[in-house]
Amino acid sequence: MSENVNKVNGNTTNGMSVSASELSLRSEIAADAPNAIEVSHIVKKYGDFTAVDDVSFAVKEGEIFGLLGPNGAGKSTLIRMMTTLIPISAGAARVAGHDVASDPGAVRRAIGVIPQALTSDLDLTVEENLSIYAKLYDVPAKRRKEAIAELLETVDLTKWRDAQTKTLSGGMRRRLEIARGLVHSPRIFFLDEPTTGLDPVSRVAVWEMLTNIKAKRQLTILITTHYMDEADRLCNRIAIVDHGKLVALDTPETLKASVPGTNVIEAQFEHPPADWEERLRGLPGVTSVQNESGGMFRVLTSNGSGTTTDLVEMAVVAAVGLKTLTVQNTTLDDVFVHYTGRQLRDELVKAYGYQMPLSPGLRP
Amino acid sequence: MNRMMAIIEREMRKFFRSPTLMMVSMVMPLVQLIVLGNAFGGKIRDAKMGIVDEDHGTQAIRIQEAFDAVRANMRTFIAIPYDNEVQAREDVRNGKIQGAVIIPPQYSKMVYEKNHPRIALIVDNSDNFMSSTLEDEMNAVTDALNQPDVSPRLLQQTALEVVELYPYIEYMKFLLPGSISLAMFVSVMIGGGMLYIDDKARGVHEGYLVTPITKGELVLGLNGAGAIKAVMTGVVITVIGSLIAGVGTIFNLSTMLGLLLMIVLTSLAFNSMMFLLMARVEDPLVPRAMFGILNTLLFFPSGAIYPVEAFPAWLRAIAKVDPFSYAVHGFKSLLLKETGLGAIVPDMIYLSVFAVLTLALAVPLFKRTL
Repeated sequence: MSENVNKVNGNTTNGMSVSASELSLRSEIAADAPNAIEVSHIVKKYGDFTAVDDVSFAVKEGEIFGLLGPNGAGKSTLIRMMTTLIPISAGAARVAGHDVASDPGAVRRAIGVIPQALTSDLDLTVEENLSIYAKLYDVPAKRRKEAIAELLETVDLTKWRDAQTKTLSGGMRRRLEIARGLVHSPRIFFLDEPTTGLDPVSRVAVWEMLTNIKAKRQLTILITTHYMDEADRLCNRIAIVDHGKLVALDTPETLKASVPGTNVIEAQFEHPPADWEERLRGLPGVTSVQNESGGMFRVLTSNGSGTTTDLVEMAVVAAVGLKTLTVQNTTLDDVFVHYTGRQLRDELVKAYGYQMPLSPGLRP
Repeated sequence: MNRMMAIIEREMRKFFRSPTLMMVSMVMPLVQLIVLGNAFGGKIRDAKMGIVDEDHGTQAIRIQEAFDAVRANMRTFIAIPYDNEVQAREDVRNGKIQGAVIIPPQYSKMVYEKNHPRIALIVDNSDNFMSSTLEDEMNAVTDALNQPDVSPRLLQQTALEVVELYPYIEYMKFLLPGSISLAMFVSVMIGGGMLYIDDKARGVHEGYLVTPITKGELVLGLNGAGAIKAVMTGVVITVIGSLIAGVGTIFNLSTMLGLLLMIVLTSLAFNSMMFLLMARVEDPLVPRAMFGILNTLLFFPSGAIYPVEAFPAWLRAIAKVDPFSYAVHGFKSLLLKETGLGAIVPDMIYLSVFAVLTLALAVPLFKRTL
């Protein structure tokens, strides 16, 4: 594991986030629970390009584990290696106690996978989609019927069981896919960006569905997402991946606490002078200042209210107009930006002269 | 086994849910059968033949009378009088008329003197079929002119006038075996080529690959489904095509059995060939781009629309390995020649070997991972 991770672990927890704990859908995990997924020193190379570089982590049974990272960071490659879709270049991964490389069949039987793309057959009905997957997983005919009925109930699609999939909305299709991934009662569930492209209501519906399912079945869930609030509410622990490396791994709270400064002030000024960033940095309690475009500054501070007062005073004295001002607790967004440096990373992969295999498919 | 059946079940359900696609794969060969069957193999009617009379003698009038007779009976051409040889030649060149007959000065005199009388026929030989038809017709006319003046009239002889109800049927029948093979090829091209790669690109295969299905089950399931679709198409086109072309042999029980065997083997051979070609393709545009090339490369050399014996050596070499050739030969034997099953054994053996070989090559190329 990288130095960063150690640093995170070494940090003492303080200043717990308020919003996350209120809405959290998480359940507690026993510290001595056995590992469901063990990844050690895993590497994936495409030619000269290293997509995943020496990543190690373990996911405990019953845990919801989030994998975050910018586009092209190696999340999908990582999840595809764990789900036996692509061969591993070096290192090892054990899923449900089976080695991914030497016993892929056993791994496949133990896991359910929801790929990023919506891959249900549009021409088939909801029930047919489930039934074909149940057959692909060799679920016996009798059990198949029960499992499908139960799952349709769980994802709230019972009254749509005979509807062709193309008539469903994006959120309903995502729920169908979640049911499809569970049709053989797997122990470990992989979800690659399950809520990307869904409207806020559908997203919350998917979250609740997942927590309900997890409460009923003894499931370990590994989830990748772009939405930090989603990771914050759902995940017991979060791993941040960047440039194919693991840069941080801990509970959302610890990660948030690890970011220097527990409050973020975002202020937009009218025509700030050239040394404004320097002067902001000089305010008491400020740990870092990021100058974003258009007179927008992002100030991390250990003392939110104090720094705010100072900042406003300074602006008044310097006769610099203040357009907007927000003060907030550290969110996972801040953690993400702190560890990965920037938010968008589309061009980076291309700079290597290598293009990731396209993640296939239709989006909701 | 169950898992293989699940793949086939999915493909079949999708196939029957989108009848348009099913129709399209059958319509093209039928359209080809009807259009080509009627366009080719017809006879030339009402071509324009210029006539330049520089003789103005009685023998020239005889020729004009013979032309009138052609116009009244065969209608191969109608005569258009010209007074200028240069103009007539120019009009043949630019296609205004299809040919021109020149009756030179002194022609009548030469006929009476029996001194090598000649008339000239100008044809546009860039159109082989037209020029040879006009030549044949003119040969017939000159033959008639050479007959003795007075011939016995044989009234007691009965003449048989053939009335052709279906004037173009022969070529259509000739085309039918090709149309049946083509229908199965189009079905495989759509099912095993385009839909297969579309599924791959949509991530449907990714869904399969995370299940415990084995590589063998997946390959057999996909190929089995493709072959079943091709068989259904083949059966439908054999029946409809035979009825359109007027081939009655399909009602014979042993022919039926032979046809079914040929349809199954052809479907398997075509499908495994397509599976081999598509084993490593990811881009959905590739099968669409390949469609035209494969169609030309495999269908035309097969002898389906023109006899293999007329090909140059290199094209015969393609015909020799082309599974289409064997399919067409087999169907032709059964439908048109009413041979027994014995005559198509070599075709069936070739198609089976071809199917097994291409599948054996495709399996190692097919990846169980992404």
